[in-house]
Amino acid sequence: MTAELHEELTDPHAGEQLDHGAASSRPLKSRISEPQPRGAKIRGNRPVDQSEAANRFMAATEHEAMHDARLWDLRQKRDKEMHGIEEWEELRNLASGIKEHTLSKLDYYLELFEKNATANGIKVHWAKDGAEHNAIVLEILRSKGVELLIKSKSMLTEECGFREFMAKNNVEVIETDLGERIQQLDDEAPSHVVVPAVHKLRTDVASVFAKTIGSDPDNADAHYLTECQREATRPLILSAQAGMTGGNFVVAETGTFVVCTNEGNADLSANTPPLHIASIGIEKLIPGLNELPVFIRLLSRSALGSPITQYTSHFRGPREGGEMHVVLVDNGRSERLGMEKFWPGLKCIRCGACMNTCPVFRRSGGLSYGATYAGPIGLIIDPTFNVHKYRNLPYSSTMNGSCTNVCPVKINIHEQIADWRKTLAGEGEISPVKKVMMKAAGEVLASPVVYRASLPLGRSALRHLPHFMLYNKLNTWGRKRDIPETPKQTFNEWYRRNRKSQSEGEKS
Amino acid sequence: MSGSRDAILGAIRKNHIQGERPRPAVPLFDQAAPADLKALFQKSLERMGGKILIPDATDPMAPVRQAFVKPGPVVSCVPEFEGDMKITPQTKPTDIAPVEYAVLRAAFGVAETGSLCFTEKQLHVNTTGFLPQHLIVLLDPAQIVYNLHNAYQRPEWLQAHYAVFQSGPSATADIEGVLVHGAQGVRSLSVLFQP
Amino acid sequence: MLVEDKGIPMKVGLFVPCYVDMFHPETGIATLELLERFGLSVEYPVDQTCCGQPMTNTGCEREAAKTEELFVRNFGKYDYIVTPSGSCTNQVRNNMTAIEQTEAVKHVRSRTYELVEFLHDVLKVDAFPWAEFPHRVALHNNCNTLRNLRIASMSERREEPFSKPKALLGMVKGIEFADLTRPDECCGFGGTFSVFEEGVSAKMGQDKVTDQLKSGAEYVTSSDSSCMMHQEGCARRMGVNLKYIHIAQILNGARA
Repeated sequence: MTAELHEELTDPHAGEQLDHGAASSRPLKSRISEPQPRGAKIRGNRPVDQSEAANRFMAATEHEAMHDARLWDLRQKRDKEMHGIEEWEELRNLASGIKEHTLSKLDYYLELFEKNATANGIKVHWAKDGAEHNAIVLEILRSKGVELLIKSKSMLTEECGFREFMAKNNVEVIETDLGERIQQLDDEAPSHVVVPAVHKLRTDVASVFAKTIGSDPDNADAHYLTECQREATRPLILSAQAGMTGGNFVVAETGTFVVCTNEGNADLSANTPPLHIASIGIEKLIPGLNELPVFIRLLSRSALGSPITQYTSHFRGPREGGEMHVVLVDNGRSERLGMEKFWPGLKCIRCGACMNTCPVFRRSGGLSYGATYAGPIGLIIDPTFNVHKYRNLPYSSTMNGSCTNVCPVKINIHEQIADWRKTLAGEGEISPVKKVMMKAAGEVLASPVVYRASLPLGRSALRHLPHFMLYNKLNTWGRKRDIPETPKQTFNEWYRRNRKSQSEGEKS
Repeated sequence: MSGSRDAILGAIRKNHIQGERPRPAVPLFDQAAPADLKALFQKSLERMGGKILIPDATDPMAPVRQAFVKPGPVVSCVPEFEGDMKITPQTKPTDIAPVEYAVLRAAFGVAETGSLCFTEKQLHVNTTGFLPQHLIVLLDPAQIVYNLHNAYQRPEWLQAHYAVFQSGPSATADIEGVLVHGAQGVRSLSVLFQP
Repeated sequence: MLVEDKGIPMKVGLFVPCYVDMFHPETGIATLELLERFGLSVEYPVDQTCCGQPMTNTGCEREAAKTEELFVRNFGKYDYIVTPSGSCTNQVRNNMTAIEQTEAVKHVRSRTYELVEFLHDVLKVDAFPWAEFPHRVALHNNCNTLRNLRIASMSERREEPFSKPKALLGMVKGIEFADLTRPDECCGFGGTFSVFEEGVSAKMGQDKVTDQLKSGAEYVTSSDSSCMMHQEGCARRMGVNLKYIHIAQILNGARA
């Protein structure tokens, strides 16, 4: 397919706009074509092995290097925005406080929103889980004879397995966010909450588009590929009978919901067809319009280092002749609210800043987590959906705490990761290997005599770490790292020889 | 479904987090607002990929006409300028698809972010904001507020069913971080300061 | 100085973490000698083992209890407990919760200091006349030390820049700092992460070493031995000739 190239797309000055909002601040063009590594292997309810998938991602060195550079660049642009806003830390405090306040009166605010939205002509539905959400949406679509649905990006519909459900029920769903569309055409989940195809190189996209929308397989130019997608999607947008969006914020006092995009695809999805359905998690509530700018100011700055998303769209009622539905979805949220240590995860506004800053995420790729939510926020949310399947995820962190400190709503992510490890160990959801090693380590370290005996004696001969440090016979330490030289004597031995008698002498 | 409503609200009441968490007061953070909001708006808009048209004192609409560099239908939602296509109560959202240029007036602008606010009042048909290939926007400099806190004090939020902050043209960087304008919405956005 | 204010010398217990004990006794010796230079009475309880971090870090709190008890028995009698390790300090101060919080436990937890913060905040040291280190040095802050103990400002936050280790190292004659492109990025050690998630851990370590190398540093220093053991292990395998030295040694007057 030959896309009609508008002149803007061949603009020789395009490169000068690298400081612009969402884009990379320097060219990151990949050099070679390399097969795209796929995500974690999903084997029913068996615990996902994130590190196995991460190792495959890192083995694809071009992918890993691009992914790391792209997301680190977003983190740096976020920092630059932060330094431009004097009240940054105050905004974070406010955002956290507003979310906590709303969550403490969530029933009140949900009912207030329902009342105001209904008064403005929005039909409000309630779904306790993903299945009920899907059934509600299908019923609305069937009542209007909808066969083609255009949709903007929503993590909630990913939670609900919405596209798969609709495919089984003969409703064609077209994602309109470029990254999400790439992922849909490649039959792959989004790898990041904001940039769903960030783990792909341009050559990967070229090959997906060549197979699915007929682009030139040898043309991996991002402008060309984006244009091909625009041209291929536009007729679908114009012929769809219904549009679907998520919702970033729900304003209870005005009955408004807000959707933030950079492409304008939520506006297209919502305003072009006569029917607009918005699927929104119940934790998205905020009290009123005074609170909204706190979040709008933080969201895109945290996510992409741009001052605001190109489109920030506010829906307060259907347009003339149109119909608007909001489906409020629980899907585990009300239960999470009661989890003493883990309810703060409900403050999350899905900016992805924790993923961008996470050194593990940047090197692993989002699909390695094998769950709807990847990266630091995923580590603390995913186990609430399925504690057994996601029990390894809280270990995919060095607990360095960078995530907590970029979080615009101040979720104590790294502390919750530690709390999850405790919770998992307490519930017996810990791998046997870890359990056995830690039990042994605990016994050795509790006894000075046993501990001293475990140290590598005759050290230069025994070039291995003592077993309480390695915990296993696999000796994973030495695969890519040298083992430290063992000195002639430990500090303990040195002290006994050089100082012990002296200090005891002083005492007497 | 009312069963689910009650079940969800019931579960929330049972699981509510403990302790008083008062609603924080949000300041306007506008003490450092500069006198020249127009200049700040321009700087912010350009950062978001928008352009400012150079005004013409003798012929105020000349910059708009000069912006039409490509052939194609022009739709106008402003009385100052007559387009090729009339929007009537019968105009459907999809009728806007062939439009190359739409001329709109923004309800107001936000200097902090270079955002333009449109509601159904300015758009006539909501799709005029993003189905055309290009937007040309008239903005009264007197209708520029400093920051987003000021912006949400405006009356439009309680009047309109649909309101959008458009900050520059449609943009994506989903493929290797390469910036492309016009991913789905408009490919370019130009602003003419016009009281 | 507190020693003089009180009129009686402070009794300081020296905690030498397992890694330091085993692989870097010179760091333990430097810490001891450095504290003694300030006239402190320093003791090293010889029956000490560990702070309990490996078990706690893995979530196995119950398995950490006996080790934590032993720690409190060893250190309960001191005015201050000082250790050349930020992550161990963080464990004791913020995570030693497997045991009943008795007065003795609370005392130990509130009185345990990482060496740099002890010198900077408690002793308020303003000179190291004996120290001279004429080398280009890259500073690595352990993540626990940086973000939990707040030993320096962090790049994630909008705050006034400060760095306690840099403030101390700045008093050393001849030292020159090398700037990293990602100074706050975790090096991938992460305690048990380094063995359970070996692949990502090693990759992060290699990236850290590459950044250090590009900075033109001759030495890397840190107040935490475990991170440096990991980084040094990566550097050696990569064939990179960077030298790693604990901050205690530089402050105690090591010349190389």
